[in-house]
Amino acid sequence: MKKRRFGLALSLVLAAGTLLSACANNGDKAGDKKGFSVAMVTDVGGIDDKSFNQSAWEGLQKFGEDNGLKKGRGGYDYLQSQSDSDYATNLNKLVRSDYDLIYGIGYLMADAVGQIAEQKPKGKFAIVDSVVNKPNVASITFKENEGSFLVGVVAGLTTKTNKIGFIGGMEIPLIEKFESGFRAGVKAVNPKAKVEVQYAGAFDQADKGKAIASSMYASGVDIIYHAAGATGNGVFSEAKDLKTKDPNREIWVIGVDKDQAPEGVVKAGGKTYNVTLTSMVKRVDVAVYDVAKKTKEGNFPGGKTIEYGLPENGVGIAPTQDNIKPEVLKAVDEWKQKIIKGEVKVPKTREEYKQFEATLK
Amino acid sequence: MSSSRLTNFLVPVLAVLLGVLVGSIVMLVSGYDPIAGYSALLYGAFGDNYYIGETIRQTTPYILAGLAVAFAFRTGLFNIGVEGQLIIGWLASVWVGVAFDLPKVIHLPLAILAAAVAGALWAFIPGFLKAHFKVHEVIITIMMNYIALHVSNAIIRSVLSNQGFKSEKIHETASLQSEFLQSITDYSTLHYGIIVAVIGAIIMWFLLEKTTKGYELRAVGFNQHASHYAGMNVKRNIILAMVISGAFAGVAGAMEGLGTFGNISVKAGFTGIGFDGIAVALIGGNNAFGILLSALLFGALKVGALEMPSSADVPTELVDIVIALIIFFVASSYLIRLLLSRFKKEGK
Repeated sequence: MKKRRFGLALSLVLAAGTLLSACANNGDKAGDKKGFSVAMVTDVGGIDDKSFNQSAWEGLQKFGEDNGLKKGRGGYDYLQSQSDSDYATNLNKLVRSDYDLIYGIGYLMADAVGQIAEQKPKGKFAIVDSVVNKPNVASITFKENEGSFLVGVVAGLTTKTNKIGFIGGMEIPLIEKFESGFRAGVKAVNPKAKVEVQYAGAFDQADKGKAIASSMYASGVDIIYHAAGATGNGVFSEAKDLKTKDPNREIWVIGVDKDQAPEGVVKAGGKTYNVTLTSMVKRVDVAVYDVAKKTKEGNFPGGKTIEYGLPENGVGIAPTQDNIKPEVLKAVDEWKQKIIKGEVKVPKTREEYKQFEATLK
Repeated sequence: MSSSRLTNFLVPVLAVLLGVLVGSIVMLVSGYDPIAGYSALLYGAFGDNYYIGETIRQTTPYILAGLAVAFAFRTGLFNIGVEGQLIIGWLASVWVGVAFDLPKVIHLPLAILAAAVAGALWAFIPGFLKAHFKVHEVIITIMMNYIALHVSNAIIRSVLSNQGFKSEKIHETASLQSEFLQSITDYSTLHYGIIVAVIGAIIMWFLLEKTTKGYELRAVGFNQHASHYAGMNVKRNIILAMVISGAFAGVAGAMEGLGTFGNISVKAGFTGIGFDGIAVALIGGNNAFGILLSALLFGALKVGALEMPSSADVPTELVDIVIALIIFFVASSYLIRLLLSRFKKEGK
């Protein structure tokens, strides 16, 4: 009796196993190798993070459309990482699928890109936001400090309480660039304004962003600039909550990476408001597109570091500027020209910021 | 005896099958092709040498995390702090790997030992509080997870790097990585840690089933008062159980530090391995051999899932749903047991 039951169970298991494995061999169909193909690996944020990864994916999609590529193997595609240990696996997976150019999006992927690039010397790689010194890796970085300086100018000239907030994701040199540039921009146009700086310790925790924003707004801050990826979504939700409660209160958020105006739309008392003052856009899409184009034309910038700043339109303030006063926009333009001409050197670190502050006095 | 053993084996297997089945219904309802999805999953986990290598690599920390949870559970304790002990173990192993310059025969075991000791110390605190002040270990271990996360981040920033976000790479002499294993698996990240994990499973089985101390530990888990009456030192046994559990968790961290990554970076959140370890232990029936199998299942699901979006257009989140369903069915094993016993009665 017992044996028969066991036998039945066993055959069930085996049947299920063969059923599943029978259809397992269609995964390895090789893509038709005709045109140029390009793919990217996101960090844990994913392509709908309303920020960095999304921007990169938009650039890649545009490149695909402009060149008549299809999404999927042999065209353009992306893989999302679920944890740190997936970076190398995903990059390797793309190399094995014969993509001509593979992007690692984000500084967190630098180690993995370096490792895979060494193991697969024939593959072409690009890393965004970090520098990997390998002949088959193109490094893409941005002058976030310059873009942050411009939104700092906007904040410094718009604030009424002279208290401005900055919320960073993690306390790393990259985010310090945002912080230093922003503080310099504020100080340059409004020496009386104070910038309160806080770090959430994460790029993917909207609840923390909301909590920090809540205490900042409560302490009289009226503008918060966030450089915190998806954590920043919490800043928007806090600002919108406050706006719903009191539509007359002037509180603003400055977005990051993309034009975040759509995030700030809020309805209160029958009217529609937008709490997004402006955004510091980091044109990851422009850079991703640019490097893909170069590579397709046979000019893969391997082993080089390309820095996208104000002159290259790699950073800047967002096209949605409805909430900024015309005279502020004029000031922004003046500062922008000064930076491009090299008359102002925007600090990249806290050290450089101190020196910058000293020159203002 | 053999009948109950059979049921113990059948429950997780049926739970997995039910999970897969309900998962495919979820896929169908949300408009994805379950056959394409599961075949991509299988291919992504075992399709060729490379994927097999990645699956085994992912399985390694799951085995040790599962052992940590199971060891505590067998002794009547619920160690939710495996995640934190793992992070501390990871940190300690990398620290030793970076700070010392020793021959490999000493350096590698020392780094693993450091991870075990660090994890054990981290688990000692809740064990001590539980034994002497009756503070519930679940609460303390959850809290200790957060402390571990932030303490290790602070140490990475200020001690292991100069305000950076990751430590240096460990010295070659402390590394578990192997060019041989990488070459036979087409450059996967497979490393020698799997051997350590299997040894860990043997140690746990031997310790619990074949030694007097193991008997005592289990006895305290079953009934503290009876054990006390029988002349066992309950307090010491509770602390010892936590410490051994923490040591397993610490070694799980060393697998990541010395094997997969070779360094440690500032973490925005938990690795999830420690929490998944609870599920691994549950599905493995808190049994060393069962944990080897359930860890392999988890490793295969996690690695295979990465293949699903690219070749079957199924989002990886669906694998999380399948995993959740499996856990759900294991947890509701009462239902399955009931069905099995009905089945048995009708058979007669």
